[in-house]
Amino acid sequence: MSALTAMLIRDMRIAVRVGGGALMGVLFFVVVVTLVPFAVGPDLALLKRIGPAILWLAALLASLLALDRLFSNDHEDGSLDLILMGRAPLELVVAMKGLAHWLTTGLPLVIAAPLIGLFLNIDADAEGALLLTLLVGTPALTFIGMIGAAIAVTLRRGGLLLAVIVLPLTVPILIFGVAAANAAVIGPVPFGTPFTILCALTLASLVVGPFAAAAALRQEME
Amino acid sequence: MRLSAVELSCHRGGRTVFTGVSFAVSSGEALTVTGRNGAGKSSLLRTIAGLLRSAQGRLTLDGGDPEMSIGEQSHYVGHQDAIKPSLSVAENLRFWAEFFGERSSGDVAKPLAAVGLDALAGLPAAYLSAGQRRRLSLARLIAAKRPIWLLDEPTSALDAAAQSRLSELMRAHLATGGLIIAATHGPIGLDQTLELRLDQAAPAPVAAEASA
Repeated sequence: MSALTAMLIRDMRIAVRVGGGALMGVLFFVVVVTLVPFAVGPDLALLKRIGPAILWLAALLASLLALDRLFSNDHEDGSLDLILMGRAPLELVVAMKGLAHWLTTGLPLVIAAPLIGLFLNIDADAEGALLLTLLVGTPALTFIGMIGAAIAVTLRRGGLLLAVIVLPLTVPILIFGVAAANAAVIGPVPFGTPFTILCALTLASLVVGPFAAAAALRQEME
Repeated sequence: MRLSAVELSCHRGGRTVFTGVSFAVSSGEALTVTGRNGAGKSSLLRTIAGLLRSAQGRLTLDGGDPEMSIGEQSHYVGHQDAIKPSLSVAENLRFWAEFFGERSSGDVAKPLAAVGLDALAGLPAAYLSAGQRRRLSLARLIAAKRPIWLLDEPTSALDAAAQSRLSELMRAHLATGGLIIAATHGPIGLDQTLELRLDQAAPAPVAAEASA
């Protein structure tokens, strides 16, 4: 097995074991979305109109929740030193860590979304499109977020700094994710345009994220 | 293989940790780095590992793989043990063996037996004692082959039996042409070692800063 698959499997294993935090994000997501109808009231038309935005906001905050542990755990126990001494390119190792993080925290959100879409009066037809926007958009949240996680790695309790760094960068993803989801749920604008831009943002973040995070980690280790 | 440093110096947080450190270690030799607390023993090891940038000086490795940095050919055992509490002892070791590019890594029984942890292979690492954690991180040294061992106080938390086992491992490593640099306060159980004392190299920090 190569160094990269070893890293992927190890990170996923840690995430799903006790104290790994894989379920924390999805639980937070479900709780926030479930509370909205209680707060807003049983106005189905209103819920339908704000539904996509609520789902996206909850997904954004939920994926931010576990992000500060992405590198800081490895930093605290010395694993990061050894990772830097590995022969695999740091950019790819970081990308693998991002992938493992998305598979254990992002993907469960996407899977839970159709179920809790019911709470927000989203039609069965629109559910598919909404699911697609989350499936495409959440990797971008992870890979943009890893830049902040790498910058904040040497700080104790860097979670707040992480949020301040990452949230502005995620605004474009939020805008086009919600726009595409709204187009599918409410119409009448076409779904394709904002969705294509969302795809482009994700592809760009998959490239920029690992390189920026790796550069930040190398710098921080000084 | 020969690792040599010329006039190495290191600054951290605006303070000079050490300056003018020179040494040379060849295959089959061990160098012990001694000095008071804060003399820069750990910083020196981290500089060699490539985890700290040296301010001045040169660090060269003759006879190694020219495609790889010194850090990529080194093992580093520091104060932090890089052990994940939720993974089992065997899983922890297998990950590092695979990450360090060891192809035949399915079998971690041998390195675990070499440090006397084979009976605990399936136990979550959270239940290990300090000495057992130390032994698990030392098992990395044999689970993946790398010619340079950088050991930061390798004997800390080890009992007498484990210490003698460690010296056996070090002797075997030296016999196969490896080299060891160990920061230590006490004897590490090797007959012949080169010694580097960092106290003598430690300068007056303020004066050095001003002239630099």
